[in-house]
Amino acid sequence: MPFTRRSMLKTTVAAATFASVGLPSFAQAIEELVIAYNVNLPSWDPTVGPSAVNPTIQGLYQSVFDNFIPQNTDLSFGQGLITDWGWNDDLSQIWMDVREGVTWHNGDPFTAEDVAWSLQRAADPATGNPIQFIWGKIENITAKDSRVTADVKEYEPTFFKWMSFLTGYVMPKKYMEEVGAEGFEAAPIGTGPYMVERFERNAFVRLTANENYWGGAPEFKTVTIKFVTDAASRVAEVESGNSHVSLEIPYEEFDRLKEKDGLAGVTTPISDIAMIFLNDIEVMTDPNVRKAAAHAINKPLIIERLLSGYGVAIDTLQTPDYAAFDPSITVEYNPDLSKELLAASGYSTDNPVRFTIQTTRGFKPKDYEMVQAIVGLWRQVGIEAEIEVYEIAKHFELRAADQLAPAAFYNWGNSVGDPTTSTGFAMFGPSPHSVWDGQDTFDMIAPLWGEADEAKRIEGWKAVDRHIAEQAEVIPLLQFVQPIVHAAGVKVTPHRSGALLPHLMTRT
Amino acid sequence: MNLLRVIFLRLATTFLTLFGVAVIVFFVIRVVPGNPIAMMLPPGATEADVARLQAQYGFDKSIPEQFFIWLGGVLQGDFGTSISTRQPVSELVLGRLPATLELSVVALLMACLIGGTLALTGTRMRGTRTEGAIDVSTGVALSVPDFLWGLVLILLFGVLWPVFHISGRISPSLDIDFTTNFYMFEALLRLRFDVLADLVGHMFMPALALAIPLAAIIGQLLKQSLKETMHLDYVALARTKGYSERHVITREALPNAILPTLTLVGVQFTFLIGGTVIIERLFSYEGLGNMAIDAVINRDLPLIQGIVLLFALLFTVVNLVVDMLYVVLNPRLRHA
Repeated sequence: MPFTRRSMLKTTVAAATFASVGLPSFAQAIEELVIAYNVNLPSWDPTVGPSAVNPTIQGLYQSVFDNFIPQNTDLSFGQGLITDWGWNDDLSQIWMDVREGVTWHNGDPFTAEDVAWSLQRAADPATGNPIQFIWGKIENITAKDSRVTADVKEYEPTFFKWMSFLTGYVMPKKYMEEVGAEGFEAAPIGTGPYMVERFERNAFVRLTANENYWGGAPEFKTVTIKFVTDAASRVAEVESGNSHVSLEIPYEEFDRLKEKDGLAGVTTPISDIAMIFLNDIEVMTDPNVRKAAAHAINKPLIIERLLSGYGVAIDTLQTPDYAAFDPSITVEYNPDLSKELLAASGYSTDNPVRFTIQTTRGFKPKDYEMVQAIVGLWRQVGIEAEIEVYEIAKHFELRAADQLAPAAFYNWGNSVGDPTTSTGFAMFGPSPHSVWDGQDTFDMIAPLWGEADEAKRIEGWKAVDRHIAEQAEVIPLLQFVQPIVHAAGVKVTPHRSGALLPHLMTRT
Repeated sequence: MNLLRVIFLRLATTFLTLFGVAVIVFFVIRVVPGNPIAMMLPPGATEADVARLQAQYGFDKSIPEQFFIWLGGVLQGDFGTSISTRQPVSELVLGRLPATLELSVVALLMACLIGGTLALTGTRMRGTRTEGAIDVSTGVALSVPDFLWGLVLILLFGVLWPVFHISGRISPSLDIDFTTNFYMFEALLRLRFDVLADLVGHMFMPALALAIPLAAIIGQLLKQSLKETMHLDYVALARTKGYSERHVITREALPNAILPTLTLVGVQFTFLIGGTVIIERLFSYEGLGNMAIDAVINRDLPLIQGIVLLFALLFTVVNLVVDMLYVVLNPRLRHA
């Protein structure tokens, strides 16, 4: 076919039409907030199934549902659906006062009965709540007017803290009884700041503001959260203006993007830490090897070189925000000391101690690279570690079976900041999350689970942390810093739990 | 009669293949490390909690027992319940299948269009610089994997010249009340061109990323076939009759030269569907492939089984269709 002026014109018009298809609205004023989120939301019920214990999707849940007790952005506990709470004098009962005047997204009134029912449901092993081991510590839950009371079967000092944590959500009794589990998945309702308008699994959720939200209506009336699991695609989403906010992007990209016109960035240390589990098997039964491994790691250098400075070095499993953080517990970087310790056990750079270290690759930012750097530092003092890369699912299986390698990199989240949910579960032998079986640590931790004296309990955990640090039973590395990049027209308030919450976002 | 027998035999082997796939997948994913129960164990879980969870998800029985329970369900159309989403597997996979099929078919059409154009142009311009350029470009297209093309396209048409959507299948703000998940097909039927345009805007880059390597294969093979056919006597005869070169290529040489390409396209189409796994993830496209990656990460065994079985079914059906098409198009086989 000859290429005439007419055909050229046709082609140009067709191309222009095609090119304009789906042109993103990145240049327009922000009416509808679009967030590129890093994980998918598999299921809507935040109290059952694997999603319920996945910390990375709690921010999505918290946009629609309310925890029994909310956490402020600094991890302190605030007043929410439960405005006041406590124990009776002999710790045999708990009581909770419930906020009045709140409505569910479908207009039904929220009552104390909803709270009582939610707690009963969570405590019932048949419902499949993974945190039933906590909720099951109360019984005879009753609601009268705006007060809920329950008898304590077994004293649990962290009970109210769990009300802000995994599965600690208030669910709508009347609605769930009406529609059942399937109906709830199809049309979930909560009391939270946003209502679910449309949900496409693996694609997006579109939320509309709850104008009657007890905490005040959110500024953005419509929010679309796109599930963009690939980090490069999230960068492109924000850079192109297709999305206004994104998180968990590579630090180098964060530094580049925040300098671009129309974009800005905010970082905050969150309740996620990087650590190396030490399993007390093989060479790790030798304290000299463990201590040498701990003292040979230059954490500030790793943070500076690999994480572009985004990280906070830690020496215990507590971050500075946590209740049992003790700044006096430190593990210094001292490679000479490492060499001395290894020499005492007959090892040197010529005769290195050998073991395997397991790590994920890409599960957390620079996880594999960090382990590579650590192995390099270890080599300088006489430790020859072989890296084994595994998937996170294998980590869980090996950890639950106490079959991790002598060293294994992992990240641990603990947004309620209690020592039981960091040091406790990570280092108490019988916990499926622990691979440390040392009797002395077990003996120190065991009495703390039910300690009623809060000050004594916290001091007890600090003592445990000191013992663990001195014996190098685990190697805490750093507290992660979360990078959030956003359009300059949006003000993002980060939450220390790591949850990205659209109701905390406003226009600038 | 002969054809019916062939079809019957192919269907029988298809069922055998699917059964084999089901057996392998079921046992392999239970042997590889990564226990779904371990992933949902709370920190304070006791042995009793572990046993309760295993019983709840049916992992307390032996693997052969689990297999026969699952197989019994499959034969009745029940593929089990997804562990991570707590939805019926059949609903989930059939809900996502249309998205993947539409993406794959559009990618195939693009590949045929681009590859066919390259082959015809190369044949027409043989011996010139244009043919050289086409050979080089198909070589480059073949040597770069589809996900890398995806990244290049994102950079070009998503960031530098942002004309297409980077993620998703359809804009959340669009009001669609379709009865099926074949959005593109239904948008055409309902004359909803706004939806169609939005779908194209989302699908263009992932489809093109999938299409480029296949287009290169089609282009190279078809050009080679055409080159060989152009030397045959009947083509020379057509020339001596005074037909134009375009007529000789498209009407005389192409019908014979296209047969090997058609077989290859059938085989490559199954690879293309396999390629959707990575591409859908990259573009956050809500298809089966994207769901498959989540299922693997979450060790959602029933969902993995359902997706793999559906992929296997797709592959065998595509191969069956290609074989049938080959019989129909090839006169020697048709009259045999």
